[in-house]
Amino acid sequence: MNEPFRNHRGIAAPLYRINVDTDAIIPSREMKRVSREGLGEGLFANWRYTDPATRQPNPDFVLNQEPWQQATILLAGANFGCGSSREHAVWALKDFGFRAIIAPSFGSIFQGNCICNGIVPVILDDDTVATLARSEQENPGRPITVDLENLFVIDSEGNQHPFNLGEDARKMLLEGLDPIALTLTQDDLIGEFLNQDRQKRPWVYLENCSTSSAE
Amino acid sequence: MSLAASGLTLFEKIWAEHLVNQRSDRAGLIAIDRVFLHERTGGLALLGLEQARRKVRDPARVFCTIDHIVDTFPGRGDQTRMPGGCEFITSTRDAAKRAGLRLFDIGDPDQGIVHVVSPEQGIALPGLTLVCPDSHTGTVGGLGALGWGIGSSEAEHALATGTLVVDKPKTLRVSFEGSLAPGVTAKDMILALIGAHTASGGVGYVLEFAGRAVRELDIEARLTLCNMAVEFGAFSGLIAPDDKTFDYLHGRPFAPEGVAWDRAVAHWRGLVSDSNATFDREISIDASRISPRITWGTSPQHVAGIDERVPDPAAESDPRRRQAMEQALKYMDLSPGDSLSGLPIDGAFIGSCTNARLSDLRAAAKLLRGRRVAQGVRAICVPGSSRVKAAAEAEGLHQVFIEAGFQWRESGCSMCFFAGGESFGAGERVVTSTNRNFENRQGPGTRSHLASPATVAASAVAGCITDPRRLDPGTQP
Repeated sequence: MNEPFRNHRGIAAPLYRINVDTDAIIPSREMKRVSREGLGEGLFANWRYTDPATRQPNPDFVLNQEPWQQATILLAGANFGCGSSREHAVWALKDFGFRAIIAPSFGSIFQGNCICNGIVPVILDDDTVATLARSEQENPGRPITVDLENLFVIDSEGNQHPFNLGEDARKMLLEGLDPIALTLTQDDLIGEFLNQDRQKRPWVYLENCSTSSAE
Repeated sequence: MSLAASGLTLFEKIWAEHLVNQRSDRAGLIAIDRVFLHERTGGLALLGLEQARRKVRDPARVFCTIDHIVDTFPGRGDQTRMPGGCEFITSTRDAAKRAGLRLFDIGDPDQGIVHVVSPEQGIALPGLTLVCPDSHTGTVGGLGALGWGIGSSEAEHALATGTLVVDKPKTLRVSFEGSLAPGVTAKDMILALIGAHTASGGVGYVLEFAGRAVRELDIEARLTLCNMAVEFGAFSGLIAPDDKTFDYLHGRPFAPEGVAWDRAVAHWRGLVSDSNATFDREISIDASRISPRITWGTSPQHVAGIDERVPDPAAESDPRRRQAMEQALKYMDLSPGDSLSGLPIDGAFIGSCTNARLSDLRAAAKLLRGRRVAQGVRAICVPGSSRVKAAAEAEGLHQVFIEAGFQWRESGCSMCFFAGGESFGAGERVVTSTNRNFENRQGPGTRSHLASPATVAASAVAGCITDPRRLDPGTQP
């Protein structure tokens, strides 16, 4: 279960590079245990630390700078979260404290992972994100708002920037719903579908042949 | 909705066949025919399900392999060079057994990289939906199956309910007209597409690859083409199944047999885009003009013909792209105008779900036969599955690789990505048949150049980036 997201006001960190991949968001070697917890430390490890092994902070990296150490919103470039499907990228961002990410576009798996974890992926056009990022750099630390109920971002000047989000995803985020529980309320529909499909496409359905062959 | 009668695309047919319920304007509840898990993220999904006291709805249609962080050295076990890797393997194995899944475990003759195993075993079939917590799941589009990558939470959803809520993507047909020149491969085609239209050019779309050059590809090459649809930002990629597809699948372990096979093939023949179907977008590429491609930067869109030079960021009008190019050149230690061909290399890697099938190994071996890897080049071949390895050994390919100076490994994802174990090392320049040249992807500071297996082999022999056609008299440009 995720915390419901209605609207959120916070500091936005500008990380305005294109094609930031999930390997950059969390390098594979930072996924050390079979767990969703404690991944914030590995967030952007290759950029955030001068040496990822000693965790010596890189002073040039935005999340090591005041006031962006307290950022809860990320202003990102196009195709943010492309690459590997690792949900660890979203868990790491969430663990760091991010509640929303604003970008011109997202890697599609990453976008889905955000919604599953209560992080709002906000798509605004390239120029608007660039303006928000520039304004943040010129006047750091002036909070902006992501209003999911009304589907707009309010910048530090009070201007509203509308965005779209699929109805289903929005409902999921607004109410902090458990998507599996929600789908299981349609279990009858699924059963009915499967019965009909089994007639139409019998080859799709397999006998349980399981048992591991390595035993 | 248009009032005029319009045909359906291949994707729309598959979508309609799997739509359980229209959830909202864009989102549909889609039936999932196959789920494939692996030890890197799959174990987590199974454990999450157990913690929520939920069950796998239909274990007979869920599969699991050990591929991502398993060692690829001969005589391997559960211990890995990746610190903590063993826990991923054992916890996934235990959870898969508790759930009653078919597990392709270490030592199983059918073990291998998930996207190599699923076609090889006939687990992926035309028109099926297949998901896996791995971004390269679209590979199976080469058989006309709709596969896409998901996270662990969505994997739990698919396991528990047999469905996923999906935002319907738009359709984009990519037509490769004409025929490929000799020595040019599916890898070069997909890199050419990404180079021309950027790594985010396909965001929001499902691709259908069409045109003469695509129809002429064999099935393994079609899998390569679809494998990298995700590097184009696409939801997935599809190729309409044809007789080559049916021939490839016939007799595979999980493919239907007898009457069921005939009935399936009759159904699969309808899985083509109608001639009057319309796509949301179309791209056409002259395949005959594609030359071998190699990447020079840190995104698959940073790619050029192997006979071209490193481009100058100053010539790029988009400031964001220019900045990314500058950053990439710094990481790759290259300068504008550098010749790609002739650039000295330290490593050569043939492996991954992109290019480690039997045909890939044959293409590389053809150039390696009777030749030696250049001094100072660390060359490694990791077959895509244990079956691929066995088939290659049955025709003596392993001898060709070993005699040339390549390491010959057990199957797995291996050095396609760095998980804390093996790496080529900081500052090392590697020509690789994999799919991602991201910063640090193959190890901290490692510089990856993506190319076809033939280009990797030719470069390994020469000790520098080399056009494979120069080593193969039949393919001289």
